[in-house]
Amino acid sequence: MEKISTENIDLKIKLVEDFNNLEVNLNGESKNNIHKIRQNAIASFEELGFPVKRMEEWKYTNLKPVLKHDFKTVFEPAKTQLKRKDLEKYLVEGLKVNLLVFINGQFNEKLSTIVTRSEKVFIGSFSEGRISYSNIVEKHFSKYADYKNRSLTALNTAFAKDGAFIYIQKGIQVAEPIHILNIADATDESIMAQPRNLFIAEEGSEVKIIEDYHSRGENYSFTNVVTEIYCAPNARLDRYKIQNDNEKAYHVGTTQVQQEKDSYFSDTTISWGGAITRNDLNAVFNGTNTECHFYGLYLLTGKQHVDNHTLADHKMPHCYSNELYKGIIDDNATGVFNGKILVREDAQKTNAYQSNGNILLSEDATIYSKPQLEIFADDVKCSHGATTGQLNKEEMFYLRARGIGKDEARILLLNAFAGDVMDSVKIDELREKLKKDLSQKLIREN
Amino acid sequence: MLEIKNLKAKVETDEGGKDILKGLNLEVKAGEVHAIMGPNGSGKSTLASVITGREGYEVQGGEVLFEGNDLLELSPEDRARAGIFLAFQYPVEIPGVSNTNFLKTAINEIRKSRGEEAMSSVDFLKMIKEKAKFVEIEPEMLSRYVNVGFSGGEKKRNEIFQLAMLNPKLSILDETDSGLDIDALRVVANGVNKLRTKDNAFIVITHYQRLLNYIVPDHVHVMFQGKIVKSGGKELALHLEEFGYDKIDEIKEEAAV
Repeated sequence: MEKISTENIDLKIKLVEDFNNLEVNLNGESKNNIHKIRQNAIASFEELGFPVKRMEEWKYTNLKPVLKHDFKTVFEPAKTQLKRKDLEKYLVEGLKVNLLVFINGQFNEKLSTIVTRSEKVFIGSFSEGRISYSNIVEKHFSKYADYKNRSLTALNTAFAKDGAFIYIQKGIQVAEPIHILNIADATDESIMAQPRNLFIAEEGSEVKIIEDYHSRGENYSFTNVVTEIYCAPNARLDRYKIQNDNEKAYHVGTTQVQQEKDSYFSDTTISWGGAITRNDLNAVFNGTNTECHFYGLYLLTGKQHVDNHTLADHKMPHCYSNELYKGIIDDNATGVFNGKILVREDAQKTNAYQSNGNILLSEDATIYSKPQLEIFADDVKCSHGATTGQLNKEEMFYLRARGIGKDEARILLLNAFAGDVMDSVKIDELREKLKKDLSQKLIREN
Repeated sequence: MLEIKNLKAKVETDEGGKDILKGLNLEVKAGEVHAIMGPNGSGKSTLASVITGREGYEVQGGEVLFEGNDLLELSPEDRARAGIFLAFQYPVEIPGVSNTNFLKTAINEIRKSRGEEAMSSVDFLKMIKEKAKFVEIEPEMLSRYVNVGFSGGEKKRNEIFQLAMLNPKLSILDETDSGLDIDALRVVANGVNKLRTKDNAFIVITHYQRLLNYIVPDHVHVMFQGKIVKSGGKELALHLEEFGYDKIDEIKEEAAV
C-alpha cells in the first residue's frame, strides 16, 4: 500500500476542486453506481496524495517536475482544430482498423471510424458504453484496478468519464484490429487528460487492440490513463501500447488485466518518447491454464525517463507467463525496469519466465533493473535475469570491416537487439511501422 | 598495391601495451598471392588487425600504403570500401542480423561510398545465387543470422562467400584453414582460386603448409618476433614444414647470410 503523502499539495487541491465542479455538472448521473465509485475514489486520492520517491515503488521516478505545472483538467469534450488529414501521420499504413480518436481523453466521433459491423461487438467510447451497456460496465468497471491503494488509479477513477470501451461477445473474432489514438493537445494551454479504458473479451472471443499515445503543442501535457482488461475463459486478447509523445509530455498509465481460465493475453509496450513515463502493467491469473506475455521496448535519449513496473500474479495452478523487456538508453536518459513474478500458494505447476536486457550507449545513461521473484508454491518452474551492456565491439568491427559505416552498423545491431520484442507484434503492418520508427529514431540520434 | 614499410605496432594491454610488430616490410602487387607463415605469437594476426584498422592496436612507426594512399588514416569501413577484405580467424556471431540483410547493407554501403546507386533486389538475389555456388553454401544458410549456430567450417566458408560477394582488391585470409577438415579446406581453397585475377591480390596467413598445396602462393614469408625474417618462393613453405618452427633460428641465420 502506498503511504499518505503531504507533498505536492497544490495540484492535489486543484484536482479535488475540479472534481467538485465535475460533480455539479453531472445532473442525473450523480446518483448512479459509477459515480459512487468516483466519490470513493476521490476520497481515496485525497488521502493518498501523489506518489513520492520515499515509496519503494516510486524510488527511481520523481513526479515533482510534473506536478509543478498548472494543468487544465479536461473532462468535457472540447472543440478541436484537428482534421482527419492531421491524423494520417499517426495511422498504420495499409492496415484496416477500427479507429477510435480521443483528444485529451475525450472521444471524437467525427474523427473516428468503425469498420467492424456486428451486434455482438461494441467498439466506442466509455461515455456511451456506460449508458448502453450499463450492466456490463458496472460488472467490470473498477473491479480490477485498485483505487483504494493506488493514488493515480484513484485519481483516474474519480474523473472516469470517457475513454475507450470495447466489448466483444462470446465466440466472436474481430478481424480488424482496434486502433485507439490518444492525442494530448497542448496547443493552447497545458492540459491533463485522464482516459479510462475498459476492454472486455467474453468467452472464446479474440481481438487485437492498439493503444497509441501522442502529444502536440508547445505546452505541457499530463496523461494519467487506466485500462482495465477482462479476458473471459478461453478468450484471446493482444494489446499493443505505443507511446510516442513529445518532450513536453508526461505519461502515467496503469493496465490491470484479469484473466480467467484458458485465456490468453499478450502485451507489447513500446516507449519511444515523452519526458517522464511510468507504466504499470499487472495481470492476475484467476483461472487455471492461462497464458500471458509481457513484451517491452524502450529507446531513450536526451533526459527522458521511462519506468516500467510489471506484475504477473499467479493465483491459480498450471499458468504460464513470459516476460521480455529490452531497453536502449543514450545521453542522460534513465530507464527503470521492475518486474515481479508472484506465485501464490495454490499456483502449483506454474511456469514463469522473465528477462530484461539493456544497452547503454553513453557514459551518462542509467538503468535501474530489478527483477523480482516471490514464490510460495513448491512445484514451479521460474527464472529471471537481467543483463546490461554496451554495443559489442567485436560485432561492430566485423560489420565495419565489411564496409558498413559506424552509424549504419550501430543501427543494424540495435535493430537486431530489439528484434525479438518486435517479433511479438503479430500485426504485420504495425510491426513494419514500429521497425521503421525505431530505425528513424536511431538515425535522428546520430 | 600494398606497401608496408618498417611497420612498428603494439597491442594495448592492461599493463600499458606490448610491442608486437618491430619493423615489418612487405610489398604486395596486383595478381600476387603472398603467404605469411610463422609460429604463434610472431605477429601474423596483429599485422592483419593493423591493416584492417581493428581497435586496440597502436601504430608507432612506419607506414602502410594502399594504392599509394595512407591506409592508417582511414576508418575500418573506409579501408573496406577502398577494397580491403579480412577473412576473420574467428568470425563473429551476430544474433538478429540475417546473412542476407548484412550482405545487402555492406554492398550498398560500399556502393554509396563510390557514389553508385543501391543494388536492386533482383540483381542482389542473382548475385547471391551465383556466388553461393562458389563456396558450396546452402541457400538456407543465407537466411540464418550471421554465423549463429554455424560449424567452424561453415563460418570459414561464409567468410569466403562474403569475399566473393564484395569482390575486394586485397584479401587477407587470417588462418582460414585452421581447424578445417580436408574437404572443407578444399572448398575454401577452390573458392579462393576461382576468385584470383590479375587485378586482385591475396595475403594468406597460415600456420600450416597444407593450405598452400591448394592455394599456391607466389611468395612465402616467414614471420618471427614481429618481423619478416625470410622470404622466398613456394618451396620455402615446404622447407618450413620439414624443419618446423623449432628450427626458426637456422632459417633466420640462413636469412642473415
